[in-house]
Order: sequence, then C-alpha cells, then structure tokens
Amino acid sequence: VLLIPCPWCGPRDEVEFRYGGQAGIAYPTDPDALSDAEWADYLFMRDNPKGAFAERWNHTHGCRRWFDAVRDTVTHEFRAADPIGRQALREDR
Amino acid sequence: VSGRRLPQGGLVDRAGPVTFGFDGREYEGLEGDTLASALLANGVVGGFRSPILGRPRGVMSAGPEESNAFVEITEPWFDAIAPATMVRLVEGLTARPVAGVGRLPDAAPEPPRSVHRHVHVDTLVIGGGLSGIGRAWSAAGAGERVMLVDERAAFGGTSMGLDDEVNMGGPSVREYVDRALGDLRASPDAIVLSEAAALGIYDAGYVLIHERSQPVERLWHVRTQRVVLATGALERPIAFADNDRPGVMLSGAIHHYVDRFAVVPGERAVILSANNRGWAAAVALAGADVPVTLVDPLRPADSTPGPDGVDVLAGWTVVGTMGEARLEAVVVSDGTNLRTLPADLLGVCGGWNPSLQLYRAIGGTLRWDETHSAFLPGGGAPAWLEVVGRAGGSSWSPMTAPGPPLLFVPGDDLSRHFVDLQRDQTVADVAAAVDAGLRSVEHVKRATYIGTAVDQGRTSGALTSEIVNHLLGSDPGAQGPSNPRPPWTPVPFHVVAGPYRGPLFDPVRVTPIHAWHAAHGARFENVGQWRRPWFYPRDGEDLDAAVARECLAVRTACGIQDASTLGKIAVVGPGAAVFLDRMYSNAMSTLKPGRIRYGFMLGMDGMVFDDGVAMREAEDRYLITTTTGGAARVLDHLEEWLQTEWPDLRVYLTSVTEQWATAAVAGPRAREVLRAAGTDVDVSQDAFPFMAFRDGTVAGVPARLARISFSGELAFEVWTSGTDGLRVWEALTEAGAAFGLTPYGTETMHVLRAEKGYVIVGQDTDGTVTPYDLGMAWIVSESKSDFVGRRSLRRADLQRPDRKHLVGLLPNDPDELLPEGVQLVVEPRGAPPVPMVGYVTSSYRSAALERTFALAMMKGGSERHGETVFAPIGDRPVAATVTVPIFYDPEGAKRDG
Repeated sequence: VLLIPCPWCGPRDEVEFRYGGQAGIAYPTDPDALSDAEWADYLFMRDNPKGAFAERWNHTHGCRRWFDAVRDTVTHEFRAADPIGRQALREDR
Repeated sequence: VSGRRLPQGGLVDRAGPVTFGFDGREYEGLEGDTLASALLANGVVGGFRSPILGRPRGVMSAGPEESNAFVEITEPWFDAIAPATMVRLVEGLTARPVAGVGRLPDAAPEPPRSVHRHVHVDTLVIGGGLSGIGRAWSAAGAGERVMLVDERAAFGGTSMGLDDEVNMGGPSVREYVDRALGDLRASPDAIVLSEAAALGIYDAGYVLIHERSQPVERLWHVRTQRVVLATGALERPIAFADNDRPGVMLSGAIHHYVDRFAVVPGERAVILSANNRGWAAAVALAGADVPVTLVDPLRPADSTPGPDGVDVLAGWTVVGTMGEARLEAVVVSDGTNLRTLPADLLGVCGGWNPSLQLYRAIGGTLRWDETHSAFLPGGGAPAWLEVVGRAGGSSWSPMTAPGPPLLFVPGDDLSRHFVDLQRDQTVADVAAAVDAGLRSVEHVKRATYIGTAVDQGRTSGALTSEIVNHLLGSDPGAQGPSNPRPPWTPVPFHVVAGPYRGPLFDPVRVTPIHAWHAAHGARFENVGQWRRPWFYPRDGEDLDAAVARECLAVRTACGIQDASTLGKIAVVGPGAAVFLDRMYSNAMSTLKPGRIRYGFMLGMDGMVFDDGVAMREAEDRYLITTTTGGAARVLDHLEEWLQTEWPDLRVYLTSVTEQWATAAVAGPRAREVLRAAGTDVDVSQDAFPFMAFRDGTVAGVPARLARISFSGELAFEVWTSGTDGLRVWEALTEAGAAFGLTPYGTETMHVLRAEKGYVIVGQDTDGTVTPYDLGMAWIVSESKSDFVGRRSLRRADLQRPDRKHLVGLLPNDPDELLPEGVQLVVEPRGAPPVPMVGYVTSSYRSAALERTFALAMMKGGSERHGETVFAPIGDRPVAATVTVPIFYDPEGAKRDG
C-alpha cells in the first residue's frame, strides 16, 4: 500500500487516490492534424520505464485535486509531487 | 502416561486448573499453557492424522511451524483450523483434531466478530524475543512511538532458557522480559500485542497484523517509519525412515516445553542432533530426570563425553523408528551395528534457518552462509527495514554445526523419509521430481506441493531446497527455499472482512421518499448503491402483471416515479458554457436560460460514456444530470479535464444529487394532476413547452417543474429540495388518485423507454458503442471546433459500415420473450462456427404493443431492417424480425399530451 504525498494534504494512503497514468501527455493542439496512427499513439501508448516515472494522481477521497508525481517503479518510492503544471517536476524527471 | 508436568518452573500459573476438552475427553491444564503444552502435560502427543496418507501424527513443534497438530475449535469460539501449538488454553476450550483441512460448520454458531484498527508508529518490532524486546525498549526510551508484536501468547522468544543470563552476569531472561515489558506497557506511546502475527510487510512501512484476541479478533493496519524484524530462527528437521511417528519432535520444541511450560513430553528420550543446539534439549530433559541418549552423527566416535545424565552416541545416526500410535523405540546405527533404543520421545535438530519469510516478501534476498549452514538476509529489502537477532544471523554461536548439514539419512528406500509432513511428501518424492527433470525449487514445489499446506513449508522449505541442491550435485545453498508470499500465518476471512459486512459492506443510499415506497409495497432493486423501487405489486401480482398495469397507467392516464437518484452536478462559472461544449458531443452553449437539452458525454475513444440533460439556469449556471450509477464517475471525468487540461477555465463543479428530490409525473393526464396538487406555474402547452423548466411552487412548496420525458408521454419532473421531497410526493399522489395516478418503478420505466427506443447507457451500450452506432448522429455537433471524443469518431474503424448498430427486434411469435444477452445468428443450422451477428441488449413484454419486443446491437443493423435473424435458445432457434428501434408513437404525437 503506497504512501502518496499529496502536495495539498501531505502523505496519505493509496486507497484515497485514483491513478491517472503517465503525466505530461498534452492534449494535441490540433487533433484533426493528426493521422489515425498519431492519434492512437497519443490516446493509447504510454511509457513503462523501470525506475523514475512521472505520473498523475487524483486525491479522490481527499482534496480531489490532480497532481503529478515521480515514482520509482522498482521501489515504489515517491521522489517528488507537484501540483499540475509545475516546472520543478518536469526537471526532476 | 508419557509426559508430565514438572513440580516447578515455566511461565504457567499453578493457582488452579484450567479445564478443557479434546477429542471428546476432558483434561486439565494450567493458565499460561497452549493447547499443545496442556495435552503433552497430560501425556497426549498424538491423536492426529496426516491429511493424505492418514498416518498417525503427533505434536512436532512448539510454534507456528507446526505441521501435524491441527485442531478445530468449537468452544468458546469457533476456528475451523488452528495449530494446537498456537492456541492459548482458556477455561472451557473445546477442540478436536483435524487432518490438515478445516471445514466450516453447516450452520455458523454465531457470526465471529472482528474489527480493524489503524495506527501510526515510529518503530514496529516484529518478534518479542530478547532481540526484539531490546529494540522496542530502547526505542521507547528514546521517546519513539513503538509497537511490539509477537505471535505467541508469551514474550521472551525461544532461543534461551528462562533462567539463563541475558548477558554474562546480567539479569535472567525472566527478569529482563518482565522489566522491559513492564516499562513498555506503562508507556502511553507503546503498543504491546501478544498472539499477534505480522501477516505481511508492504510498501512504505505498511504492515498488517492479525491479533488473535477473543471474542473479537483484530486486524491492525500499521504505518511505521521503521520495521525491526526480530523473527528468530526455525529449526530444520532431518529426514529418516518413519520420522513422522508421534513422539518425534524438533529438539527446540522439547527445550521450549520443558523450560516455558514445565512439561516433559516423554519419559525416555533420544535426541538426534546434527547441530550443537540439539544438546540444549538433552540437557533440559536430563535436568528433569528423563533418561536421554544423544545421537550425534557428525562427531567422531571417540569425542568428548556429554553432559551429566546424557548418554552420547557420537558417530551414530537414527535409521528408523518403531511404535504404533506412539513412538516406542528408535533404531540407531554406526554404519555396521544396529541398536534399538526404547524411547517415547525423539528430538531432532538438523540445523537452523532465520525466519525470513516476511523479509523476502518485501524484496529481501537470501545469502547462503557456510559458517552457519543457513540462509541469512542478503539485502534488497527497503532501507526502513532492519533484521536483528538470530533472524539477522547474530547470536548464532550456540547453533553452529560440527560439519556440513545433515539433511536425510541415506538408505535404499526413501519413501518414508518425510520432508513435508502436512503434504505427506518424502525424500523419494523430491527425488522423483528431480529425476523427472525438474531443476528449480519452484518447480519441485509445484510438482510435489511441498510447502503449500497450512504450515506453508516452515520446516520443509529449507530442507527441500537443500535436498534438491544435494540431488543435483550443486553446492549447499545454491538454491534457497521457494518464494514465500503473505500472509505469514493463515487469517480467517471474517478478520479480513472485519466489521465491513452486511449493511456496512457498502453504503446503502435511499431517497427522501423511500419510506413511502416501502409502505406501499414496493419491491426494490439495487442501482449502484441506491435502492430504487423496481415495481409496486398489488394483490399478489407478479413482476409481469404489475409492470403491465403500471405501463398501461402511464400510457393511458398517468404514473409517478421517484427519479431522485439521478446524478446532479452544478456547473457554475463564467467558463461553464465553454466547458460543457467541450465535454458533451452536442452544443450546450447555445442553450437558452430556462431550457433543457439532452446530451451525450463521450470518452476520449469516442464511445458513449454517460447521458443526461443540462438545464441552463443562467448564463453562467447549468445543472446537469447523469445516470444513477454514473454520478461519481461523471464528476471525476469532468474534474479531470477541468483540472488537468483547462485549469484556465473558471468553472466550479459541485455534486448536488442529494440536495434535490425528483418526482416524474408522466402520462396524458399529467397536467391535471399538477393543477390538482396546486401549482403557480402555468403548465399549459403554450406557456410551458417541451424541454423547458420553470421555477415556482407545487403543493405550496418551492419547486422546479421540468418538461422532460423518458416515456414519450407528456411528462413533468417536479424538483424540490430533498427535505420537501416526501411532502410533495404525497401531495401529488393524493391529488393524482382521481386521475388514476399510479406509482411505477424502474422496470416499467425500462419498458416505456425501450418502446420509444431510448437507450440506457450501460445496458444497451457497453463502452464500445458510438452515437453513430445508436443511430444518433444528430447528437454529435458538426459545428463545434472540438469536444472530448471528437477526433476518435473520425477514425476509419469507427466509420466501418459493418459496425454493430442499435436495432429493434420483433420475435415472430409475439409471446416469445428473448433473453437479454442472447446472441443473434443468420443461419442457426449452419456448420459451426456459426457467425454471430449481434446480441440482445433489452427485451420486454409491452402492454401497449400487446407483444414482446427487444433492442439489440447488430452488425450493419441499420441496413438490415426487415430481415429475419435467429436467437439460439438452447437447441431452439427463435426467429425475430429486425426493425427500426422505435415501437411506440414514432411521430412523437404523445409528447405534448
């Protein structure tokens, strides 16, 4: 059971959260400009690294805020958590 | 009688006897006994059977590694299976032996009780031996919040005698434990639990602990900064012929029974020891005046004599045992000579291995240590976990061996050299698996089932892997025991469930009008967490009769349904219109205040996600509805997009489902009902068009009227505050009686909407259906620049003409009701595999149509109206005609009354 650092509420049990998959997948500015394959790539394809992984979490049963976090997929250790869009996270990746 | 209580010593309280029953007979034990120690004190070692071969078995351990002595407890609590070595003796305890497999009683005596507790601590110490107690004591002294747990009833571990000195010249074990526990129990920041087994250690210091407290068992959820594993070591047996006879025990168990319980489990003993530690049992028995012969196969024949009162047979080994229900003699050999030693107790010590199951299950590895002939912690566990004491390989000096480990006594026949007592598996079985080509311990485990019984291979694990190494000619320790997984000890399901059963399993949600439904005989159905009226049977009506009556009432007069369970979300802010345009497939920004629009939300994949209406209350305010089961899902979906993609939009989302109560009044006489109930809203067609809403009063209560119809009839939804819901419902039903107003439930609602071809998201759709598949291209805006799901709808695959479309089905026999979910085929008698072209999603009897009908998803269905398809029901192909998915009032003439 993970201990997830919500940037608004502090560390909380995993059961309070909903997982949101890989972070930093921006909605395309012009979806119509994408081929079906490119659109499918945006929609379905995600990284699955061993080690540091930037991902999204939602504190569903808490403040209900979405945030980005960097988790080590081997140790399940959280290295950083930041409100959506903060630059710090992108650099820490 | 073989076995007795010593006049003094141990941790038992001799103030008075504790009476208990075992296998139909009554016995006496002492406070502080386990069931096993009390049985041994009464001379009972056996009475157990092995699960597969049915061989007589006896108590073989003094702890959680027990493989033979399993009991069912019937008084004063129920437990289907428990090791007698771990059951604390209490007055009136009643138990009987079970052969390795527990069974639940036909009728549960009384639902067992259990609770869950959640705690946060700085240091959790697992194992209350000397190392664990010491760590807990010093952590508490440093001001930490400490938790100390041990799975036994008594603290102090197993490795030292009560009167041994903790350090040279220091206090005795007994004094040390008393002092430390006294301090810990007095500390407000320390939690000390006995009979509490750590089941598993999980990420970030999360540990589950099962406390076998009675009458209420507890499951502790612990979050800790540090875990100290002080789980000690388990003794490894030696396999020899008939090593499973009652009276054969681990040597440490004998020492423990003598020292902690003042019980000698036999009158004449042999100890087979391939490890220095086996001598402790011999000394303890000799101290209790039990004649002991110590057989030490690893020492040369002329080695030093043993301690006082112990005959030593160095260079000899045990080659077999004799006896019927209990051990009577031990056969020993020095390679040339055989001797038969009369004995009713045989202690075995093959060596020791740290108890590291919990350590390995959180990522720790094992390292073979040649000096110790044991697997020690090899790293890999999280940094917050520390292994101390014997488990970590320290204080190991008394437990070394004079030579390489003795695993089994060689012989021509190894088929009674038991390795896993509970699976009745022998050295011969392991050899057969290896001969069959299996090399991995994991494969041998799965071929033999060794380690998979209730005891989870605590004594057989390291023995098996060493035998495999030996048979393969590998070095000792080349492979370790198979991977352990939580839980460490069996935990009853009722403890896992805790109090979260029955009504506490999942919240039950009811509307403010629920009591009225119940009082009027409604039968309910579960919709998500909600209890909704399903139908209202009258005079013994069944479902079909009640639904036919309710449907006709709505079609010919009027009906009333409690629609309060629909999800409701307030969407407020200057960005509300833009936001909803992006979230619905159709436009919501063009909706005028006071008007209502039906809409679809799609997933990013273009599939129908949810449906409902949007009411525009003001330029910057909407109230949207969702399906009953989808409310939370839709709110999450909206929040996700708002927060993660468009944080610049100024919009607030608020769930208001329970702030409103909603009564849907539907049928040609709906206007008359509302006027009779009293409303200041002009409900005439000219003043109040379809898909509009008006705020005013109904029955003197502030209310919103909304012209929404899910039946095709003239209909008004009456929205009031939740607290006014019941009052307004009663006013409507009383006023409506004169007009035939009939309460109806979800089943009637389903029939009425299906007659109109209105889909239910989640019944007629399943997450693979687009608006186009439903024939609802009109709900997809062509003019909006973008909305969630729009790009996916343009994927080539979603444009294929042979996708499944929503169609209507009329069975050729109007009495034939197609089962929902049945597949559709074109050639029912064709050669298999017969292609399936679709399936039925909704199917009902219609009172209005006086026949059955169905909705279905069917390949290319929109182009196949008029064709015949077949639903194979058993061996019978049922023919039906494909139609437009609308059966009643296709021109919509009924909508305005």
